[in-house]
Amino acid sequence: MGAPHTYSYDVLIVGAGGAGLRAAIEAASAGVSVGLICKSLLGKAHTVMAEGGMAAAMGHNDDRDNWQVHFADTMRGGQYVNNWRMAELHAREAPDRVRELEAWGAVFDRTPDGRINQRNFGGHRYPRLAHVGDRTGLELIRTLQDHTIHLGVTVHMEYTVIDLLLDDGQVSGVLAYDRERGRFYAFAAKAVVLATGGVGRAFKITSNSWEGTGDGHALAYRAGAELIDMEFVQFHPTGMVWPPSVKGILVTEGVRGEGGVLKNSEGRRFMFDDIPENYRPQTASDAEEGWRYTQGDKSARRPPELLTRDHVARCIRREVRAGRGSPHGGVFLDIAWIKEKLPGAADHIRRKLPSMYHQFKELADLDITREPMEVGPTTHYIMGGIRVDADTQASTIPGLFAAGECAAGINGANRLGGNSLSDLIVFGKRAGEYAAAHARSRVAPRLDEQAIAEATGAALAPFERGGSGENPYTVQQDLQETMQDLVGIVRVETEMQDALTRLDALNARAARSGVEGHREYHTGWHACLDLRNLLTVSEAITRSALERRESRGGHFRDDYPEKSAEYGAFNIAVHRDPGGTMHVARRPIPAMPAELTSIVEDQKQ
Amino acid sequence: MAKATFRLWRGGTHQPGAFVDYATEVSEGMVVLDAVHRIQAEQAPDLACRWNCKAGKCGSCSAEINGRPKLMCMTRLNTLDLAEPVTVEPMRAFPLLKDLVTDVSINFRIKPGIRKFAPRTPDAADGTWRMAQRDVDRVQEFRKCIECYLCQDVCHVIRDHAKHEDGFIGPRFLVYAAALEMHPLDTGDRLGDLKDRHGLGYCNITKCCTTVCPEHIHITDNAIIPLKERVVDRYYDPVTRLLRMFRG
Ligand SMILES: Cc1cc2nc3c(=O)[nH]c(=O)nc-3n(C[C@H](O)[C@H](O)[C@H](O)COP(=O)(O)OP(=O)(O)OC[C@H]3O[C@@H](n4cnc5c(N)ncnc54)[C@H](O)[C@@H]3O)c2cc1C
Ligand code: SF4
Ligand code: SF4
Ligand code: FES
Repeated sequence: MGAPHTYSYDVLIVGAGGAGLRAAIEAASAGVSVGLICKSLLGKAHTVMAEGGMAAAMGHNDDRDNWQVHFADTMRGGQYVNNWRMAELHAREAPDRVRELEAWGAVFDRTPDGRINQRNFGGHRYPRLAHVGDRTGLELIRTLQDHTIHLGVTVHMEYTVIDLLLDDGQVSGVLAYDRERGRFYAFAAKAVVLATGGVGRAFKITSNSWEGTGDGHALAYRAGAELIDMEFVQFHPTGMVWPPSVKGILVTEGVRGEGGVLKNSEGRRFMFDDIPENYRPQTASDAEEGWRYTQGDKSARRPPELLTRDHVARCIRREVRAGRGSPHGGVFLDIAWIKEKLPGAADHIRRKLPSMYHQFKELADLDITREPMEVGPTTHYIMGGIRVDADTQASTIPGLFAAGECAAGINGANRLGGNSLSDLIVFGKRAGEYAAAHARSRVAPRLDEQAIAEATGAALAPFERGGSGENPYTVQQDLQETMQDLVGIVRVETEMQDALTRLDALNARAARSGVEGHREYHTGWHACLDLRNLLTVSEAITRSALERRESRGGHFRDDYPEKSAEYGAFNIAVHRDPGGTMHVARRPIPAMPAELTSIVEDQKQ
Repeated sequence: MAKATFRLWRGGTHQPGAFVDYATEVSEGMVVLDAVHRIQAEQAPDLACRWNCKAGKCGSCSAEINGRPKLMCMTRLNTLDLAEPVTVEPMRAFPLLKDLVTDVSINFRIKPGIRKFAPRTPDAADGTWRMAQRDVDRVQEFRKCIECYLCQDVCHVIRDHAKHEDGFIGPRFLVYAAALEMHPLDTGDRLGDLKDRHGLGYCNITKCCTTVCPEHIHITDNAIIPLKERVVDRYYDPVTRLLRMFRG
């Protein structure tokens, strides 16, 4: 097999989405050597798909907005199990991070007075999302990518990290393979930042790309780090449901932010039927008030379509279950109706939501300026992830940092739309900064040859099993169905126990999966390697969800439908114990300082 | 369910390439990428193809479908004649890696050679700028580019004349340069580079690039021609300009 080639960096970043790129920029600017690894080509990471915008309390469209309101909205959305320090840092720092993007060349939509324009989104009290039509993720990733290429960061594209390497309990680097040739590479690094994104591919209906296989989560877990909040998976209320091949592709919340309404098959605007107590004071009392809100009337309150995602997703599910769904098992999302209110509505919609218009036109043969869309919930985001220190993004393993979707804390039980993109830049920056500082304080690490040899051997095992082994694609499909059916939007004890049994069987099948042929760009082989991670995160999600015997945010238990005060006092954590089994623990949430508590109380009316 | 045949290009640096036919089931609403994925899962596990978003947003799944440069995820089967095999082959202007995947790394080498964004000093005391929506509209068109490189694939200056070697940056990067040149805040100057190093002159405005752009960017009319005009205005005096017009 031959020894793997070796690279060496001060800081190694795994992942080139918004979080990884922002970390790379910060570390490179701090003067250390930086390597960046990503599974796809540069600029194609999941972040490129984000649509609606990034939340930052700049107060451009409504000067009542400020970091305190953003902080309180985030905590309320997260049902108060967020890491409050992260929520605070995020709310305070996001505006600067957004302005910095403009200084690097991003071109945001403008307000009439020429500043960055901000739009409405679910759970945000005031218009807060800096955006570029509905292709904000593209603008973000391109700006960071183009800025990075002038900073001397070495990018290893289409490389996949399969293991973290440790030296005396500290991170010393990673082992990776390149897709193109299927060769192995060892990377030595004084600090490693994981920015690998989400886990959506563990479910059948998802908005996530092939890359979202929970790699960072699983790498960190196997190396001994702690994962928290894994039960909190976000099912975005509006994914496409028709035609079948596009099931799950996202329909941005921006549609509702621009005045789109949800209706059932009887034509009823069902979101008015169930408004949670804690949101009632902030929610419109009728359709007219809701419309005024979406058009920037500051005296109006938000329409119920802009309640938090967990709530909207469950209301949609309720309508479908009650037999009031659309023909293809969703509900109707209607933006075309605004022609009753606005002259030139069709042009307005095409301008405000160009990529949604395009997406429905080309994929569903439907003109959203004339007809309603059919939508239903889709797996979208995981609030849970690697447990990190709020200020430094350091994980529980020395030298290992994490940022973006694979790190946990800021979102608690439910993420507000738009809070991810700003999370990436706020905490990507911090991760890069502290990783660089850590690297400076440390001597060059030693690579463990033995561990490398074992890991490469394990990675090549599917070739030894050959074509008569299990088909990895089939195992992955079965896994996705198991998670979708048994650990999806609505959960119960018995089904989740069943899921654990099935995960065991799937683990055994994954261990038998085999492929034949040459290692070059062998997608079947890559699927075998992804399975390991998918199975780990699926188990973590299921075990954490079993442990949380209440309903909160993205986690809904049919057998425990209420929220329980007891469960508001801790996070659920999993880690791998030395024997290799998954250990579930409760981590008490530290008390919020008085200053933050009073902000939350002030904002409760 | 109906069956259709897909004639996929197979092969790479380790095997000589050839078309291989795969029959697979197709259903309503499917796109070419769905069929490729189904073939991958059921018949050809080692088939190489790139994709990420499946919604025309990432520019990964570029290929030539029935000879036309397109995104696999945005090509619906009901727009193709399924009585005939659907051919899917890799982009031809780039070296083949394997199956449907090509080596597009040249694009990543070109970009850093274009002078980077250089903003003017902020307009406001708080370090921010003011811009009007109508001024940003123009560059936002160019910034929609998803870097699918279909325009690079189809440009004959690259495809037939390999002018990459002479530094021709190609339509994608002419769009990129235009986005910087027309950025309301930018103070950089790339006209000399465009003329001398980036091969702007090689483009003879055939508009093939514009035709294939999945983002409907008016590459030739809105980006390249205005750049050419700026170069002419700067570097050629009125007399030579007149002469050039006569010479065609
Ligand atoms: C359709 C859609 C719309 C969205 N809209 C919004 C929105 O409007 N606002 C908002 O705030 N959020 C939005 N989100 C969520 C947001 O886009 C994501 O949460 C965010 O982009 C995640 O960024 P990231 O940097 O953490 O990771 P990603 O962008 O997912 O990047 C992960 C990176 O890690 C790399 N990687 C993964 N595993 C490995 C490995 N093993 N080895 C090497 N590299 C690896 C990948 O190649 C990739 O480069 C949206 C999401 C979707 C799907
Ligand atoms: S218009 Fe110019 S850049 Fe576009 S394809 Fe023709 S020659 Fe190439
Ligand atoms: S300009 Fe159009 S065709 Fe060219 S790379 Fe960009 S999106 Fe693709
Ligand atoms: S998969 Fe993203 S453009 Fe086709």
